[in-house]
Amino acid sequence: MKNIELLRFITAGSVDDGKSTLIGRLLHDSKSIFEDQLCAIEKTTKRRGLEGVDLSLLTDGLQAEREQGITIDVAYRYFATPKRKFIIADTPGHEQYTRNMVTGASTANLAIILIDARRGVLTQTRRHAYLASLVGIPHLVVAVNKMDLVGYSKEVFESIVGDFGEFASGLNLRNIIPIPISALSGDNVVERGSSMPWYEGETLLEVLENIEIDHDINMEDFRFPVQWICRPQTEEWRDFRGYMGRIESGSLRIGDEVTVLPSGRTSRVRAISTFDGDLIEAVAPQSVTLLLEDEIDISRGDMIVKSENRPDLSKEFEAMLCWLSEDRLDVRRRYLIKHTTKTARIMIDRIACRVNVNTLEQESGVEVLSMNDIARVGFKVQQALASDSYSKNRATGSFIVIDEATNNTVAAGMMI
Amino acid sequence: MGNLHIISRRLTHLDVLESEAIHILREVAAECANPSLLFSGGKDSIVLLRLAEKAFRPAKFPFPLLHIDTGHNFLEVIDFRNRRALELGERLIVRSMEESIRQKRVILKHPDQSRNAFQSVTLLDAIAEFRFDACIGGARRDEEKARAKERIFSFRDEFGQWDPKNQRPELWDLYNTRVHPGENIRVFPISNWTEMDIWQYIAREKLEIPSIYFAHRRKVIRRGDSLLPVSHLVRPLEHEKIEELSVRFRTVGDMTCTCPVESNASTLEDIIVETATTRVTERGATRMDDQTSDASMELRKKEGYF
Repeated sequence: MKNIELLRFITAGSVDDGKSTLIGRLLHDSKSIFEDQLCAIEKTTKRRGLEGVDLSLLTDGLQAEREQGITIDVAYRYFATPKRKFIIADTPGHEQYTRNMVTGASTANLAIILIDARRGVLTQTRRHAYLASLVGIPHLVVAVNKMDLVGYSKEVFESIVGDFGEFASGLNLRNIIPIPISALSGDNVVERGSSMPWYEGETLLEVLENIEIDHDINMEDFRFPVQWICRPQTEEWRDFRGYMGRIESGSLRIGDEVTVLPSGRTSRVRAISTFDGDLIEAVAPQSVTLLLEDEIDISRGDMIVKSENRPDLSKEFEAMLCWLSEDRLDVRRRYLIKHTTKTARIMIDRIACRVNVNTLEQESGVEVLSMNDIARVGFKVQQALASDSYSKNRATGSFIVIDEATNNTVAAGMMI
Repeated sequence: MGNLHIISRRLTHLDVLESEAIHILREVAAECANPSLLFSGGKDSIVLLRLAEKAFRPAKFPFPLLHIDTGHNFLEVIDFRNRRALELGERLIVRSMEESIRQKRVILKHPDQSRNAFQSVTLLDAIAEFRFDACIGGARRDEEKARAKERIFSFRDEFGQWDPKNQRPELWDLYNTRVHPGENIRVFPISNWTEMDIWQYIAREKLEIPSIYFAHRRKVIRRGDSLLPVSHLVRPLEHEKIEELSVRFRTVGDMTCTCPVESNASTLEDIIVETATTRVTERGATRMDDQTSDASMELRKKEGYF
């Protein structure tokens, strides 16, 4: 069996930008669409009095959405080529876009930002790029779509790429890849086509297949939030005490000296155990069971790290917060934070500023946060958390906020 | 310093999906008071059991296995279910629809009617009986478009209903598992797996599966575009004739509406090749109950079906 990698990406753009057509085109041209699905959309195309196959219908939603003309946040789609397996987080545009894009982007390696070649860089393009940088997506494809409608013009493409680059230089975007495409005719999506011989870069699918993703996870700082303590208490495993969890970043070897946070107690790694046998070394994102040389008190919510490389341990934080709930933030209320495997009470006591996602201006003197607002806030946690800044470590710098009364997830946060 | 950063092996897509599923299973165990794992003897739940072994061994599973038996299951699958639970040494709870029918909790129009749609009644009764606050299931997002929009931790209200418009945002790998009394979570650790991933994993892990997944000779009748397996529940109508073909099942469920596909695939490798080249979706080929309308699955989910 061939070993292939997994790439998760998000598509940002509205229906008008041809997003559904682009996803349909990717699925269709990579032969990921089945006959019964094609047959169903052919029927629908015909019923709507149109000819051929409307690829955008492939991403058509649920009955509830069709009836009410709404779209329900994120839908996940899957396809594979011989080189890689792909998970697309497909988020609808327009309203609630910030919330949806942040949700879809939180697990993505790459974002595709669609720009209509006739309209160039718009407010929404800036918003998408800002959100991609806020959520720390490592790779950004700027897909200039509808090139067929601007005569496949190299000048139009280059001018848009120039505008985008100028704006994006102020953002924290590591790797920007512009591609001129026509989702409708398929140029530079999967097949190169013959309309843009001046473009010598990779097609969209080639980028998705070849982009280097090994460095997307932090491989420097070993972080192991403890999820579950394994104590079989059977005859055979009488003294077994294993700490189960997933390595969120970095790597670990037998014999390494580790520190448990927040207690600060130290020990050495006696074994890295899995169902398939013990390992000498383990790397993120493997799920393993750690056995330590000393018996120390460790429980869920603690974090095991290497003694020479520790995260911050604190009760007070600054973070970027994206408000997701229809209920506004009320700074007088108490919320819960879920950070790695730890849940604790927090008090959000200060809104430093709110970011206008359209102009990127920082607005001060803001008292409340409503759905889709992004703000820099200060908060206090009841217990100390071991964390890193989000820009350094996505796994230990991210958190969600839960409303204790409704149990709803009301915000997503990124430690500064 | 340099040594520490050498990665002993590159993680494949199956390694990453496996680790994600183990992480999810451990989150359920740690945060839910009384979970259960739905095990039917089908291929997806067989994969779930292996993932649970990887998540919790050498200890026992921190939850029992639960099967909602429609009474229309293939015998091979039920035998397999019992044997597998025994081999694992885990507790298996079976609640049957026959019992719901006897208690008049389910009323069928005719006795041989497909029972998939009524499973929700028995499932909700079992949830109430054992006070389960979470049920772990083997559903995958690639199965159907209603599933594509479902969360990994999916909430059901007191009526067991799924409200697609009112789902909690799910970010990073931070799962909000909090529920009010009476509410229930369905958890899908293999949400991100495709049919192909399942077969590749079964091959990689050398998992045993019920024999009807492999090609075998079987008496079938053609109805519409589907092949229906002849059994004590499915008899040919007047104009239909029985044929004996080499077939295999891609899914196993209610015998009255689970259709095999023509196939000669007698090994896992053969099945993987067929899965790579098939032109029809898993449910499109094999489930008559999902073909009724464009939104069949969505409607059943809202009623509390898995």
